[in-house]
Parts: sequence; C-alpha cells; structure tokens
Amino acid sequence: MKISLPVENHQPLAVLQGVLKSLLEKQIVDVVLTPMRTPSGSVTPALVSDAVLLDHADPLAPVLPVNAATWAGKVSLREPRPRVAAVLRSCEARALIELTKMAQASLDDLVIVAIDCAGTYTPTAYLRKQAQSEAPLWAELYTAVRQQPGFVNPDLRPACQICEQPIYENAPIRIRLLESDLEQCVWIEAQDEIAEKLGWQGTATNGRSAEVEAYLAARTQARDQAFAEIRLRLEGDEGIAGVFAACIRCHNCMTVCPICYCKTCVFKSHVFDHEPMKYLEWARQKGAQRMPPDTMLFHLTRQNHMALSCVGCGMCTDACPSELPVGLVFRAVAQRLQQTFDYLPGRNVQEPLPLVTFKADEWTEVGE
Amino acid sequence: MTEATEFEPKIIAFLCNWCTYTGADLAGTSRLQYPPNVRIIRLMCSGAVDPMYVLKADLAGADGILIGGCHPGDCHYQEGNYKARRRVIALKEILKSAGFDEERVWLRWISASEGARFAETVREMTEAMRAKGPNPMKTQWAV
Repeated sequence: MKISLPVENHQPLAVLQGVLKSLLEKQIVDVVLTPMRTPSGSVTPALVSDAVLLDHADPLAPVLPVNAATWAGKVSLREPRPRVAAVLRSCEARALIELTKMAQASLDDLVIVAIDCAGTYTPTAYLRKQAQSEAPLWAELYTAVRQQPGFVNPDLRPACQICEQPIYENAPIRIRLLESDLEQCVWIEAQDEIAEKLGWQGTATNGRSAEVEAYLAARTQARDQAFAEIRLRLEGDEGIAGVFAACIRCHNCMTVCPICYCKTCVFKSHVFDHEPMKYLEWARQKGAQRMPPDTMLFHLTRQNHMALSCVGCGMCTDACPSELPVGLVFRAVAQRLQQTFDYLPGRNVQEPLPLVTFKADEWTEVGE
Repeated sequence: MTEATEFEPKIIAFLCNWCTYTGADLAGTSRLQYPPNVRIIRLMCSGAVDPMYVLKADLAGADGILIGGCHPGDCHYQEGNYKARRRVIALKEILKSAGFDEERVWLRWISASEGARFAETVREMTEAMRAKGPNPMKTQWAV
C-alpha cells in the first residue's frame, strides 16, 4: 500500500528518521543499516541499534562513500543473524540481490528500505559543497527532479549522471522521494504486512509521475550518449588497452566493487607471482613488457567475472587514482553481455546467474 | 612476401580429455595430415577452460585459440560443455566490446571418434588465422 507521511517544519529527514525508529521500536528489526552523519560531517553507513542515534541517520545525504550492499551481505550472510532493515539506494539494493545469488548475502531476515535516489556526489565533493551551502544538499537535487527533470547535474558522480535505474521496485519498503514534494510529504510504499505492524493505513499504489518519467528519460539518454562515446574509443584504434593505458593496477576498482566478493582475488594470489626469468622471457617476446604486467588481463578477467552482475554503481570510477572511466567501460560492456543472456542484475533474486546455469537447447549452432 | 618469411599462425588449443583430445589422438594414429600450427593443452573438460586462460593466450599474442569439447549431451561430466558454451559466448561478447577480434577464439565440438574432423578443424582454423594475419597483441607490450 501507499501512504503519505506529512513533513513538518521543512524536515523530511525527520520523517525518514521516524520511520527507521519505529522499525526498531516496534521490534520489526533488531538493527538498522543506514547512512549516518558522523560528528565530522561526513556520511557513512552504520548499523544502528539505539533508536536515539537515528537522529543522526541521513539517508537523504547525496553521497555514496561505499556500496552498502557489501555490508548488508556481511550482516545477513548466515545464521544466527540479526533482523536488519537496510536503507539502500537502487544500485545498492540491486548489488545486494546479486550478492544473495552468489551466496554472499541473505534476504531471509533482511528488510530492504529502498530510497529513490536523485544522484550522489563523491565524499570529497559532498563535503566541499556542503561546507559552501546553507541548505542541505539533497534539497536542490530533489527539487530539480520536480522542476527541471531533464537537467543532468554535471557535478554528480559520473555513474549517477547516467543512472536510469534510481528507483528500486522490489523492496518491502520503498521511500518514494522522487515522487514526493519534500516540503509537503514523503510518499512511502510498503508491503501490507509491514504497514500493518507500523500502524500505517494507506491507499493502493499508483504509477510514476510525468516528471519522474522525464527524469528517467533524460538519464537514459545521457547513458546512451556516454555508451556511444566510450564504444567509439573501445572499438577504434585506441581500444581498451588505450583507454586503460594509465592503469597502475592498484586493484582499487576491484576492492570497492560490491560484486567482486572473492576473499582472495586470483590477481592477488600466487598465480601472478612469477620467477624473475619469466619477466625476461616476456620482455623478449614483445621486446618490452609493461610493469606491472597483466593489466589488461586483470580488467578483461574482472569483466568476465562480474560484468553480468554489474549494477553500474560506479564505485570503481570513484576509486580509480588515474581517473579512468572504469565504470563506464564496464557498463558499456555489461549492457551487451546482459542483453545476450536476457539478464538484468538485481531484477529478481529467483533468476539464476547466467554463467551457473544453461539450457541444453540454446545456441545449438555454436561449436558445430 | 617470400616463402621463408610467410606468416605462420600459432594456435593454442584447449582440448577436453575425453573427446577432442582423444579425437586429436585418433587423427595421429590414423596418420591424418594437419598443419603443425596448433599447440595442444589437455584439460579434463571444456568446462574446465577458465576464460582467463583464453584471455592470457590472446594478450600474449596467440593468433588463434581453439576450445574443443564433447558434443552437447556427451559431456563426461554431464554438463561441463553446456557451461563452457555460455562462458565462451560471454567471453567473445566481452572481447568484441573491448575492441578485440573475437573471431580468433573458436569453440568446436569434436568427439573421440572424429579424428578427421579434428584435422579438418585445425586446417580450417590455420587458414582462417593466416588470412587474418598476426595477432596485433604480438607487438603490444603495454598491456
């Protein structure tokens, strides 16, 4: 059902904090995973057991320091486990669905509280902008959705500028921020069972507003344009080796990726410890050998491992010290790959990962 | 180009133990002629071919990479070749999107009794790779 919670004193944040508090107070969950404002002003996900501390919860803060799906996974992975409400943006919720399929998370005792996202800044940009602004930064972003839905803010994280899936639909609680005039009210959709426990009475859900449709269309258009530009580079003379030429193989992209869950990545294993004479052999084969070696092998293997589950959160781009468009390359590759297997990461937890399943009667022309 | 400097493609073949490798063996014992351009690596199953092996060979400059497995339905491990099929399709899609020539990677089902098909596949692939010319990765050191 859909309910509208009134906003008082221009404080929609208080409404969200109230919702999270009641999840704890009515003992629907034991703990809440939510973005929290630290005393220094930065924002980080935290696992909150004390409802009083939820006064510092700030799901509206437009910043994505980490993809919290990783941590929702850690806290739900195996029994015994707490009942958790996890406040997640769409890219985080979709990553959590993928992690669940990979047996790195469980939805059994976890309630996703999905919040519509109007885009986020990097942590450094967020702190800088917030220091310069009297009003909270979310205000202008959510207002822009209603007033200029076609405007793509160039200061947002690159991944957010081309995000066409800022709304996550398959959550038990969905905070419909993009549909809400946050001066007036916060629209929330909730499963009847949860709504009943919270004492909410509402109406049947309805569709998206024209503004939100326009907002999604603008981001889809920005995405397609970004894809076209990067594909020109990838398929041209530059190639992926040229696009990633400045990679220093620091593995940051892999470390921050919510989908890359392996405890020990093969690229950090002994497989890539070579004897000194091996390097000489390679240097002789091509006349020279890039050091560190296997840079392209790293990126292509990582694509091979996770592009089908890539949710486009763009943490990799933020983490790259060489400012390479890692996330854009991945998303561009992933789009075709996902189309090939008719697979959308995060769509449905029941859908198997494409590379762990098969049908005998598919692609029968291959191999003949 | 003179005979002496004519480009000879190098093909790395990952063959399953039960079908294609045995098929290659049959080609040998049957004294079938095929080009010496193929370097065979035996694995227990086409499903054991980690796509990283294929990428490594391609990036190191192999002109062609052949993955050989049992015909669908004949896998010694029931389903390894079905999984290999999806992996190769995914890998080729990635190679294509990343600007590589995905036609350098071939997947072929060749049974233990198909020595002639193995010889023919190597002939066909050698000529196809010869026509393509050397893998550009041979001279790219900065990858």
